[in-house]
Amino acid sequence: MTTLLQLDGLTKAYPGVVANDDVSFAIRAGGVHALLGENGAGKSTLVKTIYGLVKPDSGSMTLKGAPFAPAEPRAARAAGVAMVFQHFSLFEALSVAENVALGMENPPRLRDLAARIREVSETYGLPLDPGRRVGDLSAGERQRVEIIRCLLQDPSLLIMDEPTSVLTPQEVEILFATLRKLSAEGTSILYISHKLEEIRALCDAATILRGGRVVGEVDPRTTSAAELAERMVGTKLTAPKAVAGDAGEVVLAVAELSLPPVSQFGTPLQEVGFTVRAGEVLGIGGVAGNGQDELLAALSGERLSKVGSITLDGTDLSRRGPTMRRAAGLLTGPEERLGHAAVPEMTLAENAALTGATRKEMLANGFLVWGRARSFADEIIAAFDVRTPGNHVAAQALSGGNLQKFVIGREVLQAPRVLIVNQPTWGVDALAAAAIRQALLDLAGQGAAIVVISQDLDELLEISDRFVALNGGRLSGDVPTATLTMEKIGLMLGGAHDMEVAHV
Amino acid sequence: MIHLERRPTPSRAWGAASPLLAVALTMVAGGLMFAALGKDPLEALRTIFWDPVLGEFAWYFRGQILVKAGPLILIAVGLALGFRAGVWNIGAEGQYIVGAICGAAAGLVFYPTDSVRIFPFMVVFGAFGGIAWAMIPALLKVRLGTNEILVSLMLVYVAENLLASAAVNWLRNPDAVGFPGSRNLARWDASANLELIEGTGIHWGVVAALIAVIFAHVMLTRHLMGFQVRLAGASPRAARFGGVNTGRLIVLCLGFSGMLAGMAGLFEVTGPAGQISIDFASGYGFTAIIVAFLGRLNPLGIVAAGLLMALTYVGGEAASANLGLPSAAISAFQGMLLFFLLAVDVLTNFRVRVGKGVAA
Repeated sequence: MTTLLQLDGLTKAYPGVVANDDVSFAIRAGGVHALLGENGAGKSTLVKTIYGLVKPDSGSMTLKGAPFAPAEPRAARAAGVAMVFQHFSLFEALSVAENVALGMENPPRLRDLAARIREVSETYGLPLDPGRRVGDLSAGERQRVEIIRCLLQDPSLLIMDEPTSVLTPQEVEILFATLRKLSAEGTSILYISHKLEEIRALCDAATILRGGRVVGEVDPRTTSAAELAERMVGTKLTAPKAVAGDAGEVVLAVAELSLPPVSQFGTPLQEVGFTVRAGEVLGIGGVAGNGQDELLAALSGERLSKVGSITLDGTDLSRRGPTMRRAAGLLTGPEERLGHAAVPEMTLAENAALTGATRKEMLANGFLVWGRARSFADEIIAAFDVRTPGNHVAAQALSGGNLQKFVIGREVLQAPRVLIVNQPTWGVDALAAAAIRQALLDLAGQGAAIVVISQDLDELLEISDRFVALNGGRLSGDVPTATLTMEKIGLMLGGAHDMEVAHV
Repeated sequence: MIHLERRPTPSRAWGAASPLLAVALTMVAGGLMFAALGKDPLEALRTIFWDPVLGEFAWYFRGQILVKAGPLILIAVGLALGFRAGVWNIGAEGQYIVGAICGAAAGLVFYPTDSVRIFPFMVVFGAFGGIAWAMIPALLKVRLGTNEILVSLMLVYVAENLLASAAVNWLRNPDAVGFPGSRNLARWDASANLELIEGTGIHWGVVAALIAVIFAHVMLTRHLMGFQVRLAGASPRAARFGGVNTGRLIVLCLGFSGMLAGMAGLFEVTGPAGQISIDFASGYGFTAIIVAFLGRLNPLGIVAAGLLMALTYVGGEAASANLGLPSAAISAFQGMLLFFLLAVDVLTNFRVRVGKGVAA
């Protein structure tokens, strides 16, 4: 068993936070090594160090027996390190081959490159047409562009940062088959994730980070998911419990909701229809970019739809704006925390007034009663355990998990009739995620109707009563969650139809 | 090596101190410029900043300062409200001109009647003229998505031509044998906007500026509309999510700034300027943009900024008359003020670190 990359005592501090503290571990040649940890555990800083984007304060790395200290990504690539980022850096208006060429030092002629792309994609079971425009590709296909871009360099270490967050279960299987084949050929893979089952299925070694330090080296194949989770979080996690209650009358009815896309590469909503009953949680699953943002904007009132498409308790709200919908009891929580659900540079009290002004009676003759906004902010901070010095702090100063608790708490505490949230626990640490899911279930237990739009299928299976899939702006029929399997969900999401696994 | 580090929360202390630092830096750099022009820098700075307020002829200059500061503050308050919402009205100069023409024309219809109702009537029409001129960029933006910066700026030049035609043609004083320019409104009792308190320079425009400042301050800090203005400027998407009607806000902001600019024009044409003439446009509408930023887009800050800017005008004129400084040097001096203000602004949002910086 030869070591490809050895990390020794890597330390990197930023003002106020030590991102990596004396991190040491080794990656075996041909191994699939998992880097496991919550948001803020220091995973990103560590891989950026390996990729030459961050210079460590102290510590050293050894690659294939030689000292390795890349000053920039180009040096890391030359040494055989390639990385697929969580957020793609692709030009939507260009073709696949053109995008790949842009990332190369000396790109060959486009026709030769296209042939190479086709060859690599067939070898590794990643079907991809080099002539297609990236803007027309699904998220899974875009990821393949990034992977192929890396594979063309013949890397000895491939770093994958949260690769499955944008994939359907079937696409995940295809990706895993590719990664296993690469590993069998001797390429090492450093796999970053917080999805434990995936790591147990794929990886042969795992390093767990918490608070910037290595807290464990385990063999994920023989360690249970529960144990991995506990070591990652540092405490025991309790699964959210639904408060039993019978679904009541239909509260929100959406019918034939169609909207054109906002931008050229947006997704149009096509005759979306669903109903939610009081006390029920409806889960809307789907891969990123299939109309989630558009659906939320149509429901929140940021975009208006045709008469009769959205009714709450029998009242037509489709032509009403956000304020009137809130007054009627329809509340929403968008995916993007900073710049959509909250104003980054405004205080928490001002952000409490952003959506709470009407229902929390902060208005007197058009004047804002700031005292009430401040006390509402305090109420949210206390009820949702938001870690902050006070309601005068700017929203952007909060960590992702704390701000998410604040913006979800702001809607929950307004006692909505219907609450619609998009990606309520995206990028949030496990404890905060559990608290948010529990709050949603409690709200349903009090008789509110809840709609959770999420790309995290485990989350939807855990908290929703019924499941529908959003694919290309269309909604599937609903299925009781109890009868669902991952495979069935994958078929409902429909992302896998045109991409069988090539013969691996 | 020096590098900048973003502050998690903007510094309040620097937010207040940076205008003062900018003024200090302007004095240093301006002094160097005056020295390079062969003048005594201390004497030049004293002529600009000290003499008009506390010097021998201050009794004359002090009134002049308020006469200049009044329209600057009035216009800047309106602009600041729009700038806070991300609505960039660059054409206040045009709204100022059209307001003056409309108000003057509305009054002259009644010439030579004498009635106390004529002046308020003219003010209303001045406001209306400013609003109408500002509605062109507003409606084009809301309906067709045009850029309000370009449209409002271009309309300044249209307004200047309108002014020329009014002065030499349809508003020309019929009794002034061939001379261009309207009747003198400051000498017609019904329309004269005279000093309210002898020797202070306070006319109705200064009073209106004060009212506008208080109104804008209360609105921005206490009223839902002001909150929506700040939301739209800080984060347009969050504002829409919060229920802000963006189109209505654009119309409102441009309308309000147009109204104040139009009123400023009317107060000017009935008082200090006296008549509609070809050179009536004095650049107040453009200088007010500087005043708005110098005052941190804050109504109370704008009062201080307007007074300071008026001081550089009055003092600058004195300096060019007494010391023979070229008027371009005075303009450069005012430009430095804005330049340094924007430069030190960095300190509000960033912290400067000296030492070895590691690019992250």
